[in-house]
Amino acid sequence: MNVISLSSTQDRNFVAQVEKESGQSVSQCYQCGNCTAGCPYTSVYDIPVHQVMRLLQAGQKQTLLSCRSIWLCASCQSCTTRCPNNIDVAHVMDVLRHMARREGHATEYGVKSFVDSFLASVERNGRAFEMGLLVSYILKTGKFWTDVDLAPKMLPKNKLSPFPHKVKNPEAIAKIFERFRQEGHK
Amino acid sequence: MSSRLRYAYYPGCSALGTSKEYDSSTRAVCEALGMELVEIPDWSCCGSSPAHTVDHRLSCALAGRNLALAELMEDVSAILTPCPSCLTNLKTASAKLKKPEFAAEVNKLLDRPVRATLPVKSVLQAIHEDVGPDAVRPKVFKWLTGLKLAPYYGCIMNRPPELMAFDDHENPVAMDQLMDAVGAETVSFPLKVECCGASYGVARRDIVENLSGKLLDLAALNGAQAMVTACPLCQMNLDLRQDQINAANRTSHRMPVFYFTQLLGLALGLGEKELGMNKLSVSPHPVLAGIESVGTAGKGARQ
Ligand code: SF4
Ligand code: SF4
Repeated sequence: MNVISLSSTQDRNFVAQVEKESGQSVSQCYQCGNCTAGCPYTSVYDIPVHQVMRLLQAGQKQTLLSCRSIWLCASCQSCTTRCPNNIDVAHVMDVLRHMARREGHATEYGVKSFVDSFLASVERNGRAFEMGLLVSYILKTGKFWTDVDLAPKMLPKNKLSPFPHKVKNPEAIAKIFERFRQEGHK
Repeated sequence: MSSRLRYAYYPGCSALGTSKEYDSSTRAVCEALGMELVEIPDWSCCGSSPAHTVDHRLSCALAGRNLALAELMEDVSAILTPCPSCLTNLKTASAKLKKPEFAAEVNKLLDRPVRATLPVKSVLQAIHEDVGPDAVRPKVFKWLTGLKLAPYYGCIMNRPPELMAFDDHENPVAMDQLMDAVGAETVSFPLKVECCGASYGVARRDIVENLSGKLLDLAALNGAQAMVTACPLCQMNLDLRQDQINAANRTSHRMPVFYFTQLLGLALGLGEKELGMNKLSVSPHPVLAGIESVGTAGKGARQ
C-alpha cells in the first residue's frame, strides 16, 4: 500500500475546485463504502471509489489526478444511485477526469486515445464514424491487431461502413469544437 | 392512449453502423404499433460517453444542437431514441439547460440557441407507457411461446432514477412485461442493471471480457436460451464480442442477443429482413426454430 503524507501534500484549493465544478459537497461522504460495493470496475481500479472520495476530502490532488480509476470509471451511475448521502459520485469522477485532462495527465493512454479519436471523428463528420475511429485509434496507439477478428463478422453484414455518414453541414458541428477550444480548452 | 402518437426520432450514430438492426426493427415496430417516428432533420452526434468525460458544456452543446433541431419540428410530443447512451446525454443536457447561467454558456458554443422544452424518452419507455403491453397483446401474430429470455437493461437506462424517471432503477420490468405480452418467458436475471463494460471494448477489452462474461454466464446458468437488450453497446459487447469473451474465459456460449424490438417485431408478424435477424453475430435461428407453433394461427392477425 502507498503511504501518503497527508499534511505535506494537502491542497485545500483542489477540494474547493472539485466541489465547485461538480456541485457536490465532498465532506458529506462518511465512508460507508456503498459506492465501492456496487462499482463493477473495482477490480481494475488502482484506488476504489470510496477511497477516491476519502483522498479528495484530504485534498490529495496529485494522487488523484494521476490515478487510473478516474479514467476507467464508465459512468455506470451505480455509485450515484446508491450513495446514502445523495452525492453524485459519478459526477465527481467525471470532474476529476476533466481536471486530469486539463493538467496533461493520461494515465490510461488507451482510454484517452479512444475518447480523442471518437471526438475527432465527430468534429470531422458531425457523427461518429466507427471505421475511421478505429483507424485513428490504431494510428495513435500502434495497436494494429485491435479487433481485426471482428471484421469478418461485421463486413458481410454491412455493419462497418468504410465511409462516414456525414451530416449535411459538418462545419456546424466543427464550429462547436472550435468555439470550445477558443475558450482555452484542449 | 391518444389516437395519434408522433415523435421526433433520434437514431444515434450506431444506428448507421453496428446497430442497424436496432434502428430498422425500431422503425418497423413503431409503425406497426401506430407510433409515427419523424427523424430529426440533419441530426448530429450527441457526444456519447466520450464528450462528457472531457467537458460538460461541450457535451451539452453537442446534445443541445439536436434538441434545438427537434424544437423546430411540428406537432411532436417527445424526442425518442433507442440508445440509452444518447438518452442519457439528451436528458442530461435538457436538465442542465434549465439553469439559465449554464444555458448561456452552452449557447455560446451553438449557432441556434436551445430551449430544451421537449420531453426525451427511450423507445422502450414510449412503447411501454404510450402503447403498453395490454395494447400490444391483441396485435400478436405469432406467440413467442417457449422462448426463455434473460432481460438485460444495461446500467444507464434507469439510472440515476431522478434523471431517467422511468421504471425501477434496481429491478426494471418494462422489457419483461413486453416480452410476457408476446408470449415469451423471462427468467430471473439479477444482473439486469450491471455494466457490460461499456465502450471499453477497444481500449480495454479485458474489462468487457470480464463484465460481459459474467452476464452471459448468469443468463445461461438461469436457463435463458437468449438475452434481450435495449442498448446498442450492450448488444455489441455480448453478441459481436462473444467469441472473444469465450476465448478469454474458456466458455462456449452460443447465446443469441436480441434487441427487444426484434422480438416484438417477430411477434407482430414483421419480416426477418426488416428486423435484421441476419445481422446478429450469434445466429438466432436455432433458438427461433424452437419457438412452439401453438397459438400461431388466428390469434389476433396483424392489423
Ligand atoms: S456511497 Fe457515498 S457516502 Fe458512502 S462511501 Fe461512497 S460516496 Fe461516501
Ligand atoms: S460510475 Fe464509475 S465509480 Fe461509479 S460505480 Fe460506475 S464505474 Fe464505479
